[in-house]
Amino acid sequence: MNIQKANKRLTFMLVCGVIFMFGFCYMLVPLYELICKKEGINGKSARSVTTAAPGMKIDYSRTIKVDFITVLHHDIRFKFIPLHRRIDIHPGETKLVYFFAENQTGNEMTVQAIPSITPTDAARFLKKTECFCFTQQFFARGQKADMPVYFFIDPAISKDIKEVTLSYTLFDARGFEKKQAHFTKGRINL
Amino acid sequence: MTEAIIHTHAAADHFDAHHGPEKGFKRWLFTTNHKDIGTLYLLFSLVMLFIGGLMALVIRAELFEPGKVLIDPEFFNQMTTMHGLIMVFGVIMPAMAGLANWMIPLMIGAPDMALPRLNNWSFWLLPFAFCLLMSTLIMSGPAPDFGWTFYAPLSTTYGPKSTDFFIFSVHMMGASSIMAALNIVVTIFNMRAPGMTWGKLPLFVWSWLVTGFLLLAVMPVLAGCVTMMLMDRHFHTSFFNAAGGGDPLLFQHVFWFFGHPEVYILILPGFGIISEVVSTFSRKRLFGYKFMVAATVLIAFIGLIVWMHHMFTTGAPITAQLYFMYATMLVAIPTGIKIFNWLATLFKGSITFETPMLFALGFLVMFTIGGFSGVMLSLVPADYQYRDSYFVVAHFHYVLVSGSLFAIFAAIYYWLPKWTGRMYSERLGQIHFWLSVIGMNLAFLPMHFLGLAGMPRRIPDYPLQFTDFNQLCTIGAFIFGMAQLVFLYIILKECVSHTKPDVSNQVWEGAKGLEWTLPSPPPYHTFETAPIVP
Ligand SMILES: [Cu+2]
Repeated sequence: MNIQKANKRLTFMLVCGVIFMFGFCYMLVPLYELICKKEGINGKSARSVTTAAPGMKIDYSRTIKVDFITVLHHDIRFKFIPLHRRIDIHPGETKLVYFFAENQTGNEMTVQAIPSITPTDAARFLKKTECFCFTQQFFARGQKADMPVYFFIDPAISKDIKEVTLSYTLFDARGFEKKQAHFTKGRINL
Repeated sequence: MTEAIIHTHAAADHFDAHHGPEKGFKRWLFTTNHKDIGTLYLLFSLVMLFIGGLMALVIRAELFEPGKVLIDPEFFNQMTTMHGLIMVFGVIMPAMAGLANWMIPLMIGAPDMALPRLNNWSFWLLPFAFCLLMSTLIMSGPAPDFGWTFYAPLSTTYGPKSTDFFIFSVHMMGASSIMAALNIVVTIFNMRAPGMTWGKLPLFVWSWLVTGFLLLAVMPVLAGCVTMMLMDRHFHTSFFNAAGGGDPLLFQHVFWFFGHPEVYILILPGFGIISEVVSTFSRKRLFGYKFMVAATVLIAFIGLIVWMHHMFTTGAPITAQLYFMYATMLVAIPTGIKIFNWLATLFKGSITFETPMLFALGFLVMFTIGGFSGVMLSLVPADYQYRDSYFVVAHFHYVLVSGSLFAIFAAIYYWLPKWTGRMYSERLGQIHFWLSVIGMNLAFLPMHFLGLAGMPRRIPDYPLQFTDFNQLCTIGAFIFGMAQLVFLYIILKECVSHTKPDVSNQVWEGAKGLEWTLPSPPPYHTFETAPIVP
């Protein structure tokens, strides 16, 4: 094989490698989603429905404090507060809490709440059967609503964890609207 | 260097069986000659060194006293961003690529690079990329001001308009580096002279081979990363925007997947240079050749799987933090092997202290200091404390300035007589070295303590108690800047000098390798018939 040909062949192989790596960069996006969801990193598992394992027992011997925090992203003009600042929960027990939101922007708004759970090692044990963050929330001008979260804490959680914080950041999702009903199940429009 | 090379080639014409270079500007624009392209790369990097250096001095001048000294905080942010981008992509990488272009064909006995036209293109993308980047400084909106790591959403949702210029210039730099790496890898695989087996390959070539593969692996990821930014900014995607279902943290993963291997891309060719220089001036064969090669490969491999050590405080699970901590600490082993092998090469050698050797020894001492502060930073609990403080700034300047840059200086002094056929002024070289060492340590050593005391990086102001140390840093930075003027003088003098070539083929008594069998300066075309490798 002469050298020109060899050069061409190797160059071709390396270019294929380069193209693969460019694709790999985009593959990192779903891969990251998947790993985070599976491992419950970064509150990602708290963004979609989980169902309680059948036969899950409530562990009355332990009580975990759950704090609720709300954050408004950037300068979005909303009132957004938890109706309960803090509750006590036994692992395995399902509770319902509400978050209040009021649209003060003077416009129609579509918002998306993004959850985050600390400590990081508790994140994958806090599970939700229903939450207002699973979908975008639509608010008419000046509208107020109480939005529900049904959640439980998996009894498999480490015994060292006595306190968990569930925080929501409310993002302006205008421009990113998804096709869905304007008002979602369980939400109480006030 | 332009004139000198034209001139010396004229003198060397009788070595040249074929045509010589074209005359004038066209020669440089259309050249496919590896020596010309190497020279272009090195000159480009020299110019950028002074531009990036000037920005560093603006930063240090602002930090001479608390409060506002010279510039607004907004401009300060633009300066830190530009300084970082220019030094990494405009100085260190092109300089290493220039050395590769000049030396790899000479060291492996090849007539030229394997893909000469691609070579021309990969260089000429660079000046345009950097013009594009630096043009943002004279635009009415701010230049990129989010730091060289351009974290989203600072650079996406909140980035200035000029961010798009930045994105395209990164695309161009990326394309340029990928092409250069492609060329180098193909050259090393296919163009070696008969008898130049893998076991005889000089370490500079070996380390560039590994670097080439690293570049090919991670530059496309950087390109993908900035493309995602571009799409987020203009095409309504939300890779990094939580409102649309993305995640800003993903940016850090993608960026550091490129970013950590990038630091090895900057230093590995330097390791190769130091191996050549230390062995020449100790007049001994390099100790543990095979271990050196293995260590280089190992560093590259580990480098690909430790990126999350830049993200310890982003809320990663404890097991992930532990894994990345231990994996990062593992890098110290192959690096340690290298350091000890260099020391073993020095041991009982007949050492002389010419300028290249001084820079190599400076590298050995100060790069090791930078390596140790790196080990400190790899510890998760300690990292929480050091994160984003001046300790980090001190760490990466010790590995990049006294590491990569000193290695480049060593290489230039080492091979300059070969390139031009004339010896540089040893006295001036020594002055350059000592001023650089003093300036560099004065500038960066106090930063360790500033960081430990809690001074955050990327802030144009600081509390009163940090004033003394910051003033030391600033004075050191200016000394270091002055020292580079000596370097500039040495290089310019070599370039415009019209004296006859005055060095032998061998140049350095202890030097070994094919490049030293050629005349100094080498003719325009070399090794057109493959040499016999001893
Ligand atoms: Cu790193």
